[in-house]
Amino acid sequence: MNSRAFHSVDGTYNFAYLDEQTKRMIRRTLLKAIAVPGYQVPFGGREMPMAYGWGTGGIQITASIIGRDDTLKVIDQGADDTTNAVSIRRFFRRVAGVQTTEETSKATLIQTRHRIPEKQLTEKQILVYQVPQPEPLWKLEPREVETRKLHAYSEYGLMHVKLYEDISRHGEIITTYDYPVEVNARHIMSPSPIPKFDNPKMAMMPALQLFGAGREKRIYAIPPYTRVRSLDFDDHPFKPQRFDKPCALCGAEEVFLDEVILDDKGDHMFVCSDSDHCRERRAAGHTGSRASDAADMGFVPTEGLN
Amino acid sequence: MNALLEAQSVGHSYAGGQLGCEDVSFRLYPGEVLGVVGESGSGKSTLLGCLSGMIEPSQGSVRFDAGGQGLRDVFSLSEPERRLLMRTDWGIVRQNPRDGLRMNVSAGGNVGERLMAVGARNYTEIRGEALDWLTRVEIPSGRIDDLPRTFSGGMQQRVQIARILVSKPRLVFMDEPTGGLDVSVQARLLDLLRGLVRDLGVAAVVVTHDLAVVRLLSDRLMVMRQGRVVESGLTDQVLDDPQHPYSQLLVSSVLQA
Amino acid sequence: MTQNLLKLRVQNLHKTFTLHGRGGIELPVFQDVSFDVASGECVALVGSSGSGKSTLLRSLYANYLPSSGKILINHHGNWVDIASVEARTKLEIRRETIGYVSQFLRVIPRISSIDLVAEVAIAGGSPSEKAMEAAVGLLRRLNLPEHLWNVPPATFSGGEQQRVNIAMGLVRPYSILLLDEPTASLDAVNREAAIELILEAKKQGAAIVVICHDEIARDRLADRLFDVSQFKAAA
Repeated sequence: MNSRAFHSVDGTYNFAYLDEQTKRMIRRTLLKAIAVPGYQVPFGGREMPMAYGWGTGGIQITASIIGRDDTLKVIDQGADDTTNAVSIRRFFRRVAGVQTTEETSKATLIQTRHRIPEKQLTEKQILVYQVPQPEPLWKLEPREVETRKLHAYSEYGLMHVKLYEDISRHGEIITTYDYPVEVNARHIMSPSPIPKFDNPKMAMMPALQLFGAGREKRIYAIPPYTRVRSLDFDDHPFKPQRFDKPCALCGAEEVFLDEVILDDKGDHMFVCSDSDHCRERRAAGHTGSRASDAADMGFVPTEGLN
Repeated sequence: MNALLEAQSVGHSYAGGQLGCEDVSFRLYPGEVLGVVGESGSGKSTLLGCLSGMIEPSQGSVRFDAGGQGLRDVFSLSEPERRLLMRTDWGIVRQNPRDGLRMNVSAGGNVGERLMAVGARNYTEIRGEALDWLTRVEIPSGRIDDLPRTFSGGMQQRVQIARILVSKPRLVFMDEPTGGLDVSVQARLLDLLRGLVRDLGVAAVVVTHDLAVVRLLSDRLMVMRQGRVVESGLTDQVLDDPQHPYSQLLVSSVLQA
Repeated sequence: MTQNLLKLRVQNLHKTFTLHGRGGIELPVFQDVSFDVASGECVALVGSSGSGKSTLLRSLYANYLPSSGKILINHHGNWVDIASVEARTKLEIRRETIGYVSQFLRVIPRISSIDLVAEVAIAGGSPSEKAMEAAVGLLRRLNLPEHLWNVPPATFSGGEQQRVNIAMGLVRPYSILLLDEPTASLDAVNREAAIELILEAKKQGAAIVVICHDEIARDRLADRLFDVSQFKAAA
């Protein structure tokens, strides 16, 4: 292999920023994580040219597995055009020279913060999650030595204590983000702060799911077609979130909606959180109750914005 | 009847050679309450640690009859087996309820944890049982969802006891269970403990420096000094007719109320 | 027939208190005490004050530890030396074979009188309703006013406390009874009630050892006297 292959487009950095030794280390970690679904594997996390909390864990995974032929999509809270998504996409265009896209179906690699795309992913795709806190038990058990034992010995009663607390205080499980799951009938795992709406999508997903926590230096994974069960009680079963109205722009039902404030008089509407999904539907002629306002309010296709 | 817990020449020295306890042997039978008294530094806390699986003794053995399978060396159990024992057959009542409770979890959640830890997954049943136990330790049912930090010290101690007894342990270790409580609160807690120990038939090892506690709770007594048991026998015999110079000193130092 | 059945055998009993805190002073109490008590027999311990009657009685209950000698208890047909047997057997003997009425009421605080009495029966294996019935019957016969039944005896008069004490000692059909001044501080009527109850127990076969300064009561209860002062050890 000639040395050029390792260089970024502008010749300043190694291809995809990380040096090859680091990538190999992270890939070994990924293999281990895939072999033990849901188990948090420690890795030698590197300093990245951005602050913790901006997706350094996810970026290190992406940098380690991305190839020149990959097409990268980056989403933040479902949208492709938010600051975090834009800057990460720009970062990889610069250090890896890869194609980027906002279209879920065209991407081979999707790095995400807080959402799973609405469109069913395929075996040809990999989903990389940015994880702020990989340990699902951390709020209840602050000692890390102890939480590792709880995982090792499958002592997971504590996780249900949290759900118990929800029901006893609020009458139901009110955890709506980062809702804990059991992976492959063994490890309890934090799905990262995705809405629990997305939890069912993790189960038996054809795409490989990888999770990176930069600050905590942990990587974990869900291989394709793995059982993923959201924790619950027999008499308080897991209830997927539902919205009582469709997207105001594209009319989609059964999707995750964001509330958008329209003016200072309290006018608001609910629209798809997955901006690409919404755009695609509108392009195909679907309309919602306020579709006509969309252009006025700047809800236009954003392809080419950056 | 077979012994529930057996200590054989149990001894422990800390790194640096400091003696914790030495050559302690006894057998505890189901339903029996053994008191261990002695001044600070007498080795009673080290002994409790060794007996309850927290400190591996450097000499001797501690054996427990888990589930009627005969006596097995506690330290030859694998760590997960020992941890299972600690949240099912055993309970440890700590002097400071903060060490025995999850302070950021409601009273009901604290009591329900041991049930969930062994696989209970029906919320209604878990809550029902938590409520039942809180009532038995005289916590008003309306406080089931309150955090322990909103409770008085005596109430916290009672929640801790409910949290342990809910799993119907066969052996409870108590480390100064009434320490740090007001005298009137101590009395109430002791009455409660006495009633529960008797009603449930649990065996207990109670470590304390308070002779009134063992007079009330324990059937048998061991007096420890400088890591060794200097005298043991029926509680009332050791307190009324102490034989060892140190036991005599200990008993005579207490003001007759 | 049961008249000749031995229940208690004291053999060469010796007791000396050693006060370590006082430079190891030795206080000899008695030495070489031996006697037997049969079923249905009542032996009264006599002797001057300080002769060791109470110490002997307490030793028989394993509350005091003899310096040497044996105290053989007929425990369910087996002879067991309560002075040397392991603690849990001592407890078992107390639960099932020996009843003890002390001169002073020393009971678990904050428990009502009726529960104190019933608990003794429950500990011996009675179902709780039966135990409660027995407790009610005894307290009634001992004329303890009914409004005191649900009150802990701590605030009772001496005579009232003594009646709770007697009820606790007699609520179970023990085969051995040790009674330390059972009628002291009782008025004539209540003394009579207590004597009646003790005589009933004796008639049912209990072997009784009693300390009783009250000569009228002693004459009614005791079949023979045993003078402890003759065993006084030389100081």
